[in-house]
Amino acid sequence: MTQDDHLRLYRTMTLIRQCQEVIIREYSSDAIKTPVHLGIGLEGISAGVCFRLPPGTKSFGQLRNHGQYLALGGELDAYFLELYGKRGGTGGGKAGSMHLASPAHGFLSTSGIVASTIPLAVGAALAHQYRNDPAPAVAMFGDAAVEEGEFWESLNFACLHQLRVVFVCEDNDLAIHTRGADRRGFDSISRAVAGFRCWTGEADGTNVLDVVALMERALYAMAVTPMPAVLVFRWTRLLEHVGPNTDWHVGYRPQPTPEALREADPVWKYEQDLTRRGLGRELAVIWAEVHDQVEGSLERAKAASYPDVGDLLAHVYADPTHLPAGRIE
Amino acid sequence: MNRLLTFAQAVNLALMEEMAADESVIVFGVDVPDHKRTFGSGAGLLEKFGPARFFGSPLSEAGATGIAVGAALAGLRPVHVHARSDFLLLAMNQLCNMAAIKSYVSNGEESVPLTVRALIGRSWGQGPQHSKAMHGVLSHFPGLKVVLPSSPQEGYSLLRAAIRDPNPVIVFEHRWCYSLSDYVDDGQVGPLEGCRILRPGRDLTLVGVSWMVQECLQAAAILARVGVGAEVVDVRSAQPLDAETIRESAGKTSRLIVADNDWLFGGLSAEIVSQVVEGGVFLQGLARLGFAPCSCPTTRPLENLFYPSAREIVRTAEGMLGLPAMDLTGDVFNEYERRFRGPF
Repeated sequence: MTQDDHLRLYRTMTLIRQCQEVIIREYSSDAIKTPVHLGIGLEGISAGVCFRLPPGTKSFGQLRNHGQYLALGGELDAYFLELYGKRGGTGGGKAGSMHLASPAHGFLSTSGIVASTIPLAVGAALAHQYRNDPAPAVAMFGDAAVEEGEFWESLNFACLHQLRVVFVCEDNDLAIHTRGADRRGFDSISRAVAGFRCWTGEADGTNVLDVVALMERALYAMAVTPMPAVLVFRWTRLLEHVGPNTDWHVGYRPQPTPEALREADPVWKYEQDLTRRGLGRELAVIWAEVHDQVEGSLERAKAASYPDVGDLLAHVYADPTHLPAGRIE
Repeated sequence: MNRLLTFAQAVNLALMEEMAADESVIVFGVDVPDHKRTFGSGAGLLEKFGPARFFGSPLSEAGATGIAVGAALAGLRPVHVHARSDFLLLAMNQLCNMAAIKSYVSNGEESVPLTVRALIGRSWGQGPQHSKAMHGVLSHFPGLKVVLPSSPQEGYSLLRAAIRDPNPVIVFEHRWCYSLSDYVDDGQVGPLEGCRILRPGRDLTLVGVSWMVQECLQAAAILARVGVGAEVVDVRSAQPLDAETIRESAGKTSRLIVADNDWLFGGLSAEIVSQVVEGGVFLQGLARLGFAPCSCPTTRPLENLFYPSAREIVRTAEGMLGLPAMDLTGDVFNEYERRFRGPF
């Protein structure tokens, strides 16, 4: 990692963090009429996994997708426009927070049905294998997705065909309000998948450099020998499942100490790390640049116009004369 | 060029032509490359195109459908094959929550050029899990297209059009159609939409879906013996539905019988009647025929009662037209079933 690499990685993380904070600030204005599954605490995994993906990588995610969208280079204006339900959003306002995508960056599908984009990633990897394209596919999902049948069907198929697909499990031990111990008949996701013909690895998702390192090892291994990888990154969800608030007071999990909160904050930890490396001033400049970008984009989204009745029935079916983005041609 | 083909051969030819024309077309599904080749529809494809383009799937209908969706998003044109429509119920999440919505939520930026072929099983005791037709259910979801070939020509034309279409298209092939034999014009690639008038008539409109088109044709031939001109309309596409052609025919004859290869409640026959009535067509007679409202029984005598045939269409027409019951003792019904003695 060069200094430029560190600053680029930090820029992504602060972009994700500042976008989430702006949504938290603005949500009570009731203008963002879409459920928002925020990733405060997830930034290390989103930024780290997406940091050095080979060109042509196809990415898939779930409803907690803002960090992945931004880390893949998704357009900021299209992001805020979509959250505000405006024309020009990633889905013309019709997708909302749970279905963000950016085909131009290979980010092909996210979904509110847990695990439902995992087989899509395997399909993209199949298409790559068919075309002798070495680029991988990446599926990002929460730990509850491992309970869904579609996860195992996807893993099985990927291992059968030795496809280059990275299954990235963002493990916060929660499915909304239910802990893993109350959902699982097994103790370790990595051990549960160990019988399949794939590479596995685990890392602390709150240390972005650990995420980058594990991802790099996995991608290198599968570049040499095509095979799937299952990576498990642990993190702590610092907000409620959906929405802008914390919910420690409800009691399904204990209120963390201030030290524990800092330990769970990948952005804070990386800031500390880079400041210790003498990059404090550069961080401040980047923070301010991102701040201005985010606020500018937000204002444009607020001022933009809504779709109207003419948009309601648009694109129910694909137009045969339109060549969609994201397809191999 | 016209050739005499069975339905199975027509489907096979369609796959051959589309796979030869576009190397992004791949075919896969459970048991697709085995020695039976899905009742012959897959003959020669493995040999000609190789295992990367024609391969078997693990038993994972949900995951495999999602894999097909993802491959389609990434530039391939997958054809996913199911030996029975009933298995689509395992794939509903991917078909209806994922494939159906993609064009809409991407505002037209992405599409899912997926073709799903599923067989509708029938007879020799197929029973409740090997006999469903799912076109009513799947037509319900905006974003999906649903077609039902009734003849070798349609088996060829609709499949070629489905594969070329950028949307998810489900093609329901009826098991009994597989042994039909007729001339196929191999230049007819589609259309994917629109009803087809197979037999013009002035007295009565018979709208048929899937195999029931054949039953309507047999009924029309019988009714012709007593001077009744029955117009036979092949629906071909359930979604989008060409209600205009049906309304024109029903408006001309004022008597409508819809014969669906499915249950009646909330099914395609109900949708057709709704769209005819909403279109202001005056009807002197109206009837729907379909499966008995129960699971498909395995035992033969009850199976015979479960399915309507040309006989029931004729009897319904007689009632509608006030005609005496014709002597049908010389007619053979469910004739094609005699060619299929199981097991599968």
